[in-house]
Amino acid sequence: MASPLQWPVLRQFLEHDPTGRHHAAKSRATEEHRARIETADRVVHSVCPFCAVGCAQRVYVKDEKVIQIEGNPDSPISRGRLCPKGSASLQLTTGDSREKYVLYRRPHGTDWERLDLETAMDMVARRIVDTRRDTWEWDIDGVRTRRTLGIASLGGATLDNEENYLIKKLFTSLGIVQVENQARVCHSSTVSGLGTSFGRGGSTTYLQDLQRADCILIQGSNFAEAHPVGFQWVMEAKERGAKIIHVDPRFSRTSALADTFVPIRAGTDIAFLGGLINWVIGHDAYFREYVLNYTNAATILREDFQDTEDLDGLFSGFDPKKQSYDSETWQYRGGYAAASSGERDSHLQESGSTLGGASHPQSHGSGGPGVHGTWERDETLQDPHCVFQVLKRHYARYTPEMVERVCGVPQALFAEVAEALTQNSGRERTTAFAYAVGWTQHTTGTQYIRTASVLQLLLGNIGRPGGGIMALRGHASIQGSSDIPTLYDLLPGYLPSPHAEHHLDLDTYIEADSAKGGFWANMRAYTISLLKAWWGDAATAENDFCFDYLPRITGSHSTYDTVNAQLEGTCKGYFLMGENPAVGSANAHLQRAGMAKLDWLVVRDFSLIESATWWKDGPEIATGELRTEDIPTEVFFFPAAAHTEKAGSFTNTNRLLQWRDQAVEPEADRRSDLWFVWHLGNRVRKILAESQDLADRPVLDLTWDYPTIGTQDEPDAEAVFAEINGKAADGSPLSAYTELKDDGSTSCGCWIYCGCQADGVNQAARRKPHTEQTVSSREWGWAWPANRRALYNRASADPEGRPWSERKKLVWWDEEEGKWTGDDVPDFEPTKPPSYRPDEDARGAAALAGTDPFIMQADGKGWLYAPAGLVDGPMPTHYEPQESPFENALYGQDRNPARKLLPREGNRYHPSGKQRGADTYPYVLTTYRLTEHFTAGAMTRWLPYLAELQPESFCEVSPQLAAERGLTHRGWATLVSARGAIEARVIVTDRMKPLSVHGRIVHQIGMPYHWGPNGLSRGDAMNELSSISMDPNVHIQEVKALTVDIRPGRRPRGADLVSFVEEYRRRAGIDEHTGMEGITA
Amino acid sequence: MSVTQLGMPSLGVPRKGFFTDTSLCIGCKACEVACKEWNSVPADTSLELTGESFDNTSALGANTWRHVAFIEKQVPAEDPSAHDGVKWLMSSDVCKHCTHAACLDVCPTGALFRTEHGTVVVQQDICNGCGYCVSACPYGVIDQRKGDGRVFKCTMCYDRLEAGEEPACAKACPTKSIQYGELDELRERADARLAELHERGEEGAQLYGRDPDNGVGGDGAFFLLLDEPETYGLPPDPVVTTRDLPAMWKRAAGAAAGLLAGAALAFWGAKK
Amino acid sequence: MSPRRERREDFTSYYGRPILKEPTWEALDIAGYIFAGGLAGASSILAAGAQHSGRPGLERTAKLTALTAISASVVALVHDLGRPERFVNMLRVAKPTSPMSVGSWILSAYGPLAGASAAANVLGIFPRAGKAAGIGAGITGSAVATYTAVLIADTAVPTWHDAHSRLPFVFASSAAASAGGVAAALAPRAESGPARRMAVVGAAVETALSVAMERSGHLSAETFHQGRAGKLLQLSKACTVGGAVGLALGGRSSRLVSALGGIAVAAGSALLRFGVFEAGRASTRDPKYVVVPQRERLDAGRPASWQPGTGAGKRVAVEAGGGEATGTTTAPSTAGEARTV
Ligand SMILES: Nc1nc2c(c(=O)[nH]1)N[C@H]1C(S)=C(S)[C@@H](COP(=O)(O)OP(=O)(O)OC[C@H]3O[C@@H](n4cnc5c(=O)[nH]c(N)nc54)[C@H](O)[C@@H]3O)O[C@H]1N2
Ligand SMILES: Nc1nc2c(c(=O)[nH]1)N[C@H]1C(S)=C(S)[C@@H](COP(=O)(O)OP(=O)(O)OC[C@H]3O[C@@H](n4cnc5c(=O)[nH]c(N)nc54)[C@H](O)[C@@H]3O)O[C@H]1N2
Ligand code: SF4
Ligand code: SF4
Ligand code: SF4
Ligand code: SF4
Ligand code: SF4
Ligand SMILES: [Mo]
Repeated sequence: MASPLQWPVLRQFLEHDPTGRHHAAKSRATEEHRARIETADRVVHSVCPFCAVGCAQRVYVKDEKVIQIEGNPDSPISRGRLCPKGSASLQLTTGDSREKYVLYRRPHGTDWERLDLETAMDMVARRIVDTRRDTWEWDIDGVRTRRTLGIASLGGATLDNEENYLIKKLFTSLGIVQVENQARVCHSSTVSGLGTSFGRGGSTTYLQDLQRADCILIQGSNFAEAHPVGFQWVMEAKERGAKIIHVDPRFSRTSALADTFVPIRAGTDIAFLGGLINWVIGHDAYFREYVLNYTNAATILREDFQDTEDLDGLFSGFDPKKQSYDSETWQYRGGYAAASSGERDSHLQESGSTLGGASHPQSHGSGGPGVHGTWERDETLQDPHCVFQVLKRHYARYTPEMVERVCGVPQALFAEVAEALTQNSGRERTTAFAYAVGWTQHTTGTQYIRTASVLQLLLGNIGRPGGGIMALRGHASIQGSSDIPTLYDLLPGYLPSPHAEHHLDLDTYIEADSAKGGFWANMRAYTISLLKAWWGDAATAENDFCFDYLPRITGSHSTYDTVNAQLEGTCKGYFLMGENPAVGSANAHLQRAGMAKLDWLVVRDFSLIESATWWKDGPEIATGELRTEDIPTEVFFFPAAAHTEKAGSFTNTNRLLQWRDQAVEPEADRRSDLWFVWHLGNRVRKILAESQDLADRPVLDLTWDYPTIGTQDEPDAEAVFAEINGKAADGSPLSAYTELKDDGSTSCGCWIYCGCQADGVNQAARRKPHTEQTVSSREWGWAWPANRRALYNRASADPEGRPWSERKKLVWWDEEEGKWTGDDVPDFEPTKPPSYRPDEDARGAAALAGTDPFIMQADGKGWLYAPAGLVDGPMPTHYEPQESPFENALYGQDRNPARKLLPREGNRYHPSGKQRGADTYPYVLTTYRLTEHFTAGAMTRWLPYLAELQPESFCEVSPQLAAERGLTHRGWATLVSARGAIEARVIVTDRMKPLSVHGRIVHQIGMPYHWGPNGLSRGDAMNELSSISMDPNVHIQEVKALTVDIRPGRRPRGADLVSFVEEYRRRAGIDEHTGMEGITA
Repeated sequence: MSVTQLGMPSLGVPRKGFFTDTSLCIGCKACEVACKEWNSVPADTSLELTGESFDNTSALGANTWRHVAFIEKQVPAEDPSAHDGVKWLMSSDVCKHCTHAACLDVCPTGALFRTEHGTVVVQQDICNGCGYCVSACPYGVIDQRKGDGRVFKCTMCYDRLEAGEEPACAKACPTKSIQYGELDELRERADARLAELHERGEEGAQLYGRDPDNGVGGDGAFFLLLDEPETYGLPPDPVVTTRDLPAMWKRAAGAAAGLLAGAALAFWGAKK
Repeated sequence: MSPRRERREDFTSYYGRPILKEPTWEALDIAGYIFAGGLAGASSILAAGAQHSGRPGLERTAKLTALTAISASVVALVHDLGRPERFVNMLRVAKPTSPMSVGSWILSAYGPLAGASAAANVLGIFPRAGKAAGIGAGITGSAVATYTAVLIADTAVPTWHDAHSRLPFVFASSAAASAGGVAAALAPRAESGPARRMAVVGAAVETALSVAMERSGHLSAETFHQGRAGKLLQLSKACTVGGAVGLALGGRSSRLVSALGGIAVAAGSALLRFGVFEAGRASTRDPKYVVVPQRERLDAGRPASWQPGTGAGKRVAVEAGGGEATGTTTAPSTAGEARTV
């Protein structure tokens, strides 16, 4: 107290605060305190690094330190809000959970050592050069492959588009094909499912549009928990009177906010949705005018097509020996599909891989499957071979009774859903669907998405405000890492990776995949522009624009094949750049076993994740299956820069690119992945500089000059962004992909992103407040394609181009102006009138009529029936999951006949249905997320503020199951599968309900998968239980429905754990044939 | 005794408050985290699962200034907000910033004071950890931090309000379950919302702490609940203890007088 | 089983968690402080009487007792602070709404007076001023001995608050008993008649009033009978009654009886404070003491109001007015149907 007059007792009297409870009591410190956001030196724009909602952040910096991170109210998506994870991003970026320095584990070493950054970079560059040389493969049987299978990389969904771009570019130039990221394990089936249905593999709508829905069906998604800030738009709709329905195996926070909750048995959604299709058709509740004009309902199919109705669960064309379909008979009458690698068996598949063909269907991410020829239509929809009639017959047996029997959904509840959907669809009303990985991660994942697509097309909800299918993507930029794919089967913009056998040169490559109709017909321009972006002046018309520089794939090289290749000893070096497979990928044990066979492993992450420390403290060390001293793998750990420490763009679930500015430079050895890849490339190029080996030409000819910024030689992300956008011959930025040329005069790193830097302006960095814009807020960031927010929005108008109704108008034909207009960028040629009809020989976009809203489809139609593009059937069909307590009630065929398995030691499958031993693992286990944690946990389990909110791993069971198995609330339980056993705390809750299926009670167990043994909040990783069993189209794993046993108490320790699991396998009679019905190893 | 019952001072600016509409809460706990981040509140390090639904921070306290309660309730199937006989209630609790705040009344040091926004704030440079406020609060909000000695609670982000920003928790809340604003306006909004929910058949919906005549003269932070307050761990009808203070002083004066008189009697006529 | 008991079985709470925070205070510090304060205050009164009636032995004993007790109580008080070094902040403001603030000012008046009068007496200096200080200490001592009742009653702690109308009298009589008892034990027997009388009468009143308080009918009063508090209070009564009887019958004649009786009465007084303290603590741990009475109030259509003179304490009917105004907060109640913990 400076002056006696400041004594509050005096001030009480002098300053009229007689009771001393107000201003007189105020202290000097209080008086002088200022909010730290007020005194910050600068505010930097950023985007939340966790999930794909893409909430905008403001990063406050003082004295070159980040002092606060909060939401940016200007964002049209988040409106300033952040969920607990986004709110904890200050702790994520500035807390002490992050490593600062490079760490090194020498072969057979027992502990980490420090290494300086430069030395470590040089060592890794050396490893690449050496391993590549040792494992180089020019061809197989004389067919060019030009690649190495000795190196692989995983991760990308947490990285920036620019980082993914450089990874893909450098590694491809080095001949590395096994480049993968989370998109495979997360939403790959979305790309194939939506892509084959509508022509693009991205969400058809955007989060904010949900507010206009009259009904929202959330199924296969825990929307409120996994996309909390996006959920505000569901709440907006609800407040406006929309009905919210949640269909899920368990009652979650999403269910709590829904109007109707429908419990369902995990793995049976196709039966449920098929039942709805049957209802809609049976009750004549489909939107006839829409269906007739905008879908392929009227198209006539070949007479020799046979349905699952005819073949007891199989379509025509199944070859039991190859366990795959020949899709010849699935075609339109008079049409034929482009041959593509995935649908054909290739004799070039590496021996050892049993996984089958490459995953081609993902290449429909921007452009549906190519179909050629001419086909007929029956506008009355009466022809028995027209799609509509075939569809009707196909779903006829999906009755409410059958739904109840298969899914455990009572008929009254089913009827409530059916009525809600049909009453809220049509001219005046729309229903939106929202789903995520509750649908994608199944052996029939692609077909789940297809079923929803069929239903939404029948209801006439695609392309309309408050309609559509909201695919809720996962990581901050997983959409981006699919678009600019760090995926083995794709090149940027969903161009397929060239296949050794089918794509001998540029012409055969284009020929095989491009379509006659639709925008995909311009594939040549997209491809050549990409090759120009990568190889610049070295790419000329004479040398096929260096097409030959691209390594070739020969089958599947998905992340699970890579694990197999590691176990087989083919793959020797591995980069983990922002992915944690030792926790997050199916069969965590096999993931680690594969890594233990590597020569070297590079991990780039914030903290010492399980995938970096398994050699020291992994579960196999505890059981004695591995001994640290025996493990030869050399491990490099590089600390990664955080989202605040680098500039770049993320692509969120709205397909929206949002730019982040760099707030501060990273400390110590922390560097951005952009820095890492670029400097690694520089080092490799330096080592190889004098090389005369033709194998080294691609990396030496690579365009690899980027300006640097800051004090750490950080490559300028804007320069990479400009390369992605594309340039004209004079180097000026392109504005739209329609400007791309096939003569080599343009370059473009990702054609669907062309325009993101239109007019030289970083369009992704546009931040006009939503309060100054309409719902679509097109001046906030930039969405592909062409800044459109709702795809296929031409369908929001009737065939004549008029809005279906005043209430639901979005984009319409302005007769006077002679163009399409409305509150979005029309997803149509802007001046093509509704009355336009193509000539017989028209090609490309010109081949589509003024009434064809699905412009990326060869026929301009939404596909109720997919004559091409998928390997497991043209129409979705219910099969039981790989592991199920039940037989298929619908057909003799129990499981997806084309599913992909990895039968090997450590990945054994359970008996199912009535098979002997099935009751050894009697319960259905499903896995999911919690609001408070993120994926494999490294970004949340280490943070005190999030760890305390969900401190321990748990599983949720019903009181009935608890009673049956003697489980106690908060006590321990052991869960067992053929792959492993884990322990977790038990939560006994009424939110888990036993279901009555096939007339008997089935118990489901729910378990979040976030935990692992490292960090603050710890637990056994759920994926110790899961098997590698996959959807055949895209090789996504089934982790949403498996079978297990559960018993009270903690799991055995040490070697006892191994024998415990073995004993279960023995009891169930499991061998290499179990669960393999129809599949030969 | 008006001097002990002075309510709100006349504020320079309209009184600010919170309306927490639990019918919009998705139980995400962003409010808890945003609060901790902004105010650098330490995390709980025990890391044990409570088993109390998804609530692992258990109660408001020195280290939890926003607390999200989770209640899993068995309800009759007819309940419109029930699903399959289960109802999951979530609600974010906070200091009520009472009009007649017992904590503030009893604080002997002036560490607690009423701000110009009408909120109640502890000044950490003054608090001597006497703990009186802890026992005085009828909601069990304010508490002493172990190892620190001082007491802590929600400040309604006093520093942010001074900077013209909204509180961190309200800003973060994804669904605007937490609404910050001028109390009068919030009360109107709440009345309308209640009517709407009643219309929709949410029988249990009720406002809690809204009424300016209640035991604490109205809460600066009030709630829309879907069930009885005690279900959420809230006192159903709290009273500010200092309401009865004048009476207590009178009794104490009487007792003191009695003591003096009694002592005088003890000496009266006593022989030396 | 009374009907009330039945109702208590099915009140609703949040996982049985307490609603209120348990007092942060340590029993030894705060119950000890209340006891020592009472002892000091009443001793000063005794000293003033002795000084006035010319009982130098009693005067010195009482003055020294007061000084010792008040010093101990201040140490306890400071010790209990979370930030003892900030003790001076107690005099930063003067708040009539805060019994602790009022108490601090009383203490800061009383302490020096008690100290000065004791010092003057022992050192034999400034006799006039010493006497004046003694009178002052006696008067302020009455406040020291009673304000502590307000201190703990002015909380949300159910047991303490519910007892607020009786507690000042209980504490005053108990203070008298303890001061009388200590003086009876320590002062020359010839001079200690008034002290014994004070002890005996104080003990009698203390016992009567605390029994009344413990049977007040408030739900929270059951905490006086249970657990640790119940044991302490029983023991307290045994000491108080036993000591008082001893003093009354043999205090005058026997030095030993006077000493033992006096100490027993004082111990009873101390135990009373510890008992009351523990009862209050227990009442914060169980949410029923908060929920049940408040729920009853609501169900009876008598919600509390912040205005003095209304609400539960006095049960003044506020039905019409209060009920109207609070219509929005009291949707039809369905208490009892909800989940029981
Ligand atoms: N808080 C948080 N947010 C996240 C993430 C996170 O880890 N934490 N991860 C991000 C990522 S990577 C992704 S991909 C998304 C995923 O987002 P979501 O897909 O919403 O996440 P999940 O919780 O895995 O699964 C969704 C729901 O599917 C249900 N389910 C399981 N099996 C089935 C089934 O067979 N049928 C049906 N109908 N439902 C089923 C589960 O019970 C669960 O409620 O979330 C992103 N957002
Ligand atoms: N059982 C089961 N398994 C599942 C799922 C399921 O639902 N159930 N879901 C699946 C799904 S959808 C997904 S997406 C996967 C996710 O599984 P993972 O991707 O393996 O999990 P994450 O924890 O997200 O791993 C991302 C890592 O990137 C790091 N990281 C973040 N930012 C950066 C950066 O800028 N640079 C670098 N170098 N690193 C960074 C993080 O710290 C984290 O360790 O799990 C899949 N596995
Ligand atoms: S995690 Fe997702 S919802 Fe949460 S703040 Fe980040 S982007 Fe938004
Ligand atoms: S709720 Fe408690 S801590 Fe908050 S203002 Fe009211 S009395 Fe004070
Ligand atoms: S603990 Fe601090 S804030 Fe509470 S009453 Fe004491 S001094 Fe005031
Ligand atoms: S207003 Fe501020 S201090 Fe209070 S709970 Fe919200 S964030 Fe925390
Ligand atoms: S932030 Fe909002 S929605 Fe989330 S828990 Fe808090 S109040 Fe509920
Ligand atoms: Mo994901």
